[in-house]
Amino acid sequence: MTDVTPFRPAVAGSQPPNDSPEYGSTHKRHPKQALVAFAHTVTEATGPRFSPAQFPAIIDISTVDGHAAMGERIIVRGRVTDEDGRPVPDTMIEIWQANAAGRYHHPRDQHDAPLDAHFQGAGRVFTDADGWYQFTSIKPGAYPWRNHFNAWRPNHIHYSLFGSGFATRLITQMYFPGDPLLELDPVFNTVPDEHARKRLVAKFDLDVTRPEWALGYRFDVVLRGREATPMEE
Amino acid sequence: MPIATAAQTIGPYWHLIEYPEFADLTRFGAEGEKVVLTGLVIDGDGAPVTDGCIELWQASPAAGARFPGYGRSATDADGRFRFTTVKPGPVPGRGNTLQAPHFAINILARGILTRLYTRAYFEDEKLNGTDPLLTAIDDPARRATLLARPDGPGIWRMDIRLQGDGETVFIEV
Repeated sequence: MTDVTPFRPAVAGSQPPNDSPEYGSTHKRHPKQALVAFAHTVTEATGPRFSPAQFPAIIDISTVDGHAAMGERIIVRGRVTDEDGRPVPDTMIEIWQANAAGRYHHPRDQHDAPLDAHFQGAGRVFTDADGWYQFTSIKPGAYPWRNHFNAWRPNHIHYSLFGSGFATRLITQMYFPGDPLLELDPVFNTVPDEHARKRLVAKFDLDVTRPEWALGYRFDVVLRGREATPMEE
Repeated sequence: MPIATAAQTIGPYWHLIEYPEFADLTRFGAEGEKVVLTGLVIDGDGAPVTDGCIELWQASPAAGARFPGYGRSATDADGRFRFTTVKPGPVPGRGNTLQAPHFAINILARGILTRLYTRAYFEDEKLNGTDPLLTAIDDPARRATLLARPDGPGIWRMDIRLQGDGETVFIEV
């Protein structure tokens, strides 16, 4: 039989290391042994498919039961493509975030900031046939964490994407332009390459902005592409 | 050519996308031998990882309307994950090889920047002896970190140690 076509390895500097001295939680949670190299098989080259029929889309998380959440309403729109520039269609994107005051609707978040009864903070959207997605939310607030003295996470929205194989699974964070906390953030700064880091920052987009209703941001995501030809044994 | 977007940690508040039913891959009525895969996730201090997101994917049996092939389990206060699924069969490897039945496993958590990837095999499978991944790991003690062991009827246990003694074999993906 024909071998599956593997996905390309990460470009040097484009992905964070497992161990990051400035990000304390990595210290006891990274393997010290080298990862075992193993060419992708059907296990890694295939992956789950989600349909909106079984996993209904939640595209506007700026309201609960018709009541608007507090905060600055935003629209986020973007395109998911692979490393060959091809759209990734019909793929599920999950998002989650803090409320406008910088607090998650989560029992472990004890930050002294108000919860918002009209904001839960989790959504689910699917890309269309050309890889485009869009959701409506409110701009998340910054919040403190205990990584180091006076540490604050910049405003961010968490993203979960799948793509076409288990190897393309991606968990990342979208940041906002002009945030002074970015250069101080140990998580953002784990990405070694400056260009790769900046691509985690959304762009303000007047074309996505809806007049008299919400500011618009553009955030594109690139998932791994496949090797040009099946790898030789 | 564009390059793939950088990963970032799933963080401690990922439970906003936790759907406990995702841990039961048989919930749509899949047919086959039901098995439970469970285990503890342990950090480099021997402490349980209580905020982890463990994901499972299996290429066999093939995913379809009644079997998602994919599961997600939060680790509990003891660091324990638990999936209910259908036992996989062997799947082709590269070349003319055959892979022993296995699950693909992602470990995501605060402090893990890019998902850690490993596999869970069944300890008693004859095909383990010729599995291309298991046979590529020379040290039997390291290889054994990928073997789930019986832990009650239909229950298989494989602990995941992120660092230090008995560190799980993680695979480049």
